[in-house]
Amino acid sequence: MVEPRRLHTEEMVLNVGPQHPSTHGVLRLEVILDGELVVDVIPHIGYLHRCFEKHAEHMTYPQVIPYVDRMDYIAAMSGEHGYVTAVERMMNIEVPEKVEYIRVLFAELQRIASHSIAIGTYGLDAGAFTPFLYLFRDRETILEMFEKTCGARFLYNYMWIGGLSHDLHPDVLPMCREFVKQSRATHKEINNLLTFNHIFMERTAGIGVLDPQVAINGGASGPMLRACGVKWDVRKNDPYSIYDRFDFDVAVGSSEYATLGDSFNRHWVRMQEWEQSLNIIEQILEQYPINDTTDVQSAIPKRIKPDGEIYSRTETPRGELGFYIVGKGDVKPWRVKPRSPAFSNLSLLPLISRGYLIADLIVILGSIDIVLGEIDR
Amino acid sequence: MQILQAIYEFFAGLLKPGMLSLLLSILVYAAIPLVFILLYALVAILGEMKISAWLQDRLGPMRTGPKGTLQPIADIMKLLQKEDTTPTAADRTLYQLAPWVIFIGAYAAFAVLPFSAVYIGARINTGVFYILSIGSLTVVSILLAGWGSNNKYSLIGAMRSVAQIISYEIPVALAVLTVVLVAGSMDLQTIANLQGGGIQNWFLFGGPKRIAGFGGSMNIVLTPVMLIAFAIYFVGSLAETNRVPFDVPEAESELVAGYHTEYSGMKFAIFFLAEYASMFAVGSIAATLFLGGWQSPFGYTSATIGIFWFILKGLAFVFVQMWIRWTLPRLRVDQVMNVCWKVLIPFGLVAVVAASVLTVALK
Repeated sequence: MVEPRRLHTEEMVLNVGPQHPSTHGVLRLEVILDGELVVDVIPHIGYLHRCFEKHAEHMTYPQVIPYVDRMDYIAAMSGEHGYVTAVERMMNIEVPEKVEYIRVLFAELQRIASHSIAIGTYGLDAGAFTPFLYLFRDRETILEMFEKTCGARFLYNYMWIGGLSHDLHPDVLPMCREFVKQSRATHKEINNLLTFNHIFMERTAGIGVLDPQVAINGGASGPMLRACGVKWDVRKNDPYSIYDRFDFDVAVGSSEYATLGDSFNRHWVRMQEWEQSLNIIEQILEQYPINDTTDVQSAIPKRIKPDGEIYSRTETPRGELGFYIVGKGDVKPWRVKPRSPAFSNLSLLPLISRGYLIADLIVILGSIDIVLGEIDR
Repeated sequence: MQILQAIYEFFAGLLKPGMLSLLLSILVYAAIPLVFILLYALVAILGEMKISAWLQDRLGPMRTGPKGTLQPIADIMKLLQKEDTTPTAADRTLYQLAPWVIFIGAYAAFAVLPFSAVYIGARINTGVFYILSIGSLTVVSILLAGWGSNNKYSLIGAMRSVAQIISYEIPVALAVLTVVLVAGSMDLQTIANLQGGGIQNWFLFGGPKRIAGFGGSMNIVLTPVMLIAFAIYFVGSLAETNRVPFDVPEAESELVAGYHTEYSGMKFAIFFLAEYASMFAVGSIAATLFLGGWQSPFGYTSATIGIFWFILKGLAFVFVQMWIRWTLPRLRVDQVMNVCWKVLIPFGLVAVVAASVLTVALK
């Protein structure tokens, strides 16, 4: 018998990004392809490096907050929340109850806004354009609430060490009630249009499967970790602010619709978290001390010169955001080192995308939900 | 033919009867579909913008002209003014040729479309066969564009596209064959003529009920077969025109713009125009084969009104294609092939066999 002659094939290097519609920012992926098959992916980062850590060493503690905003610019409120919590823990500041309520309210609204972008752009990656615009329409309401309260729509500098820059705008609570109703309807619509769309499920289920043990070893967090079935949420496991007062579930991936830890489950966890955030917001609306006239700036210390070091972590929409801060009794921190969730999550990309097609690589990248500002810092 | 005659007589009166007048009249006659395509493209581009806006809860273009109606003209003006670039590494001949080949393919299909009882560019007795074969010209053009651009994204897009279009020609041909078997003709005008007299005579519902040779009123039993054939044709035509959910060759999120990534200005516009033209072409072929062509759904119609029904049905298909585009995500390249080989072709074969058995039994 004659041996069939194997066709000579060559690997091709495809450069995806930094100018590419689906890299979600200035990320460059060096993709080594065999036909359409992904042999290896090498992410090249650093196009958005803005020396956050060095800047932070030359600023006073409150001056660092705007720089924190620009790290995870999609969820600036959550980033601020993480930073101010860290400094407050360093200085043992008691924050008024009202301030805590407003912070949690805004952090959860921000989580919905951030997940809206994640889900919408994920739809774009899969080729569905319309859900993206529905989600942006709803996100607009959230940004309006932020704008009314602090004047900014995107980068807020709203949460200050020990307090807030402005009190809650009187319109926000009624708007919020209206928003919860509207958002639940949109949630249902997105589930119909995208999540349980047969084509979408075919595209995402079983793609980019991440093993729970690998996820833990690789430092994955947030929806990426929870999609593997690991019930880990800083809000529950290491409560900060007043998260222990609210009743909510930690969303985890399920093997009911797809393989545990795959791209579909990462999307599914975000969809569930959106619903859980709405539950928290509803509870805040019930519990909010409406007659409390405390000045939101009353607990802001006159001198912010903490001494010592701290590692404090919070749950942002992308996962566990940690701040390691060393202070030497000066107005400027000696060292600020953020542990950014998207960075750790992205580092697992080559591991979970080998052996899939180019189209799958884009879907996997979209499911990780990276923000380059936070990765490059 | 009457129209060509009239044009020839006009030129013969103006100049003198002979070869020159004949050539001129043929040119003018051939330009009628071109004018139609250009006018239709303006409507379709605006339609796409407004329909997507309507589906996405926004307004769409509003500033250019009343309610943004002049936006397509502004867009075309913009494309005309743009620099027509050719990448240095490109194969110039192939690169320049590709847009024209794709446009010729789309334009040539219009030659045999029966717009009405009196207007059909060329009535040839193998019209259906002609349409299927001229549609394959798209593959050549896409391959030229993908190879000639010397761009990896273009090349991957072209490879995907060729695999996809060649595969989908089979189910489309099977679906068309089902109608041809029942109608007993490959002439599109004959197929349209048979379906006159109302909605019940459309091939979607088994074909003409009044003609004994076609099984008379009994051929309603062909309806399920025809519905399958229609569904196969529609899905297949979406894939052949690279529309969502089969737009993997130009998948924006993966391949930037697929085979036409490197094209700019007027060349890009021609690719665009060809895509819109073939959207209408496949829609109107579906209408002719299954939905009565230029025939009115309510009884018989005159030749002039026939054009109205034909264009209306074609545009309805274009609308559905846009509707699908703005609703569904995109399939992956291997899934596209699975749909074709594992679903459409087996069902297509079943439809062809069932149609032949039933047609023989009814006669």
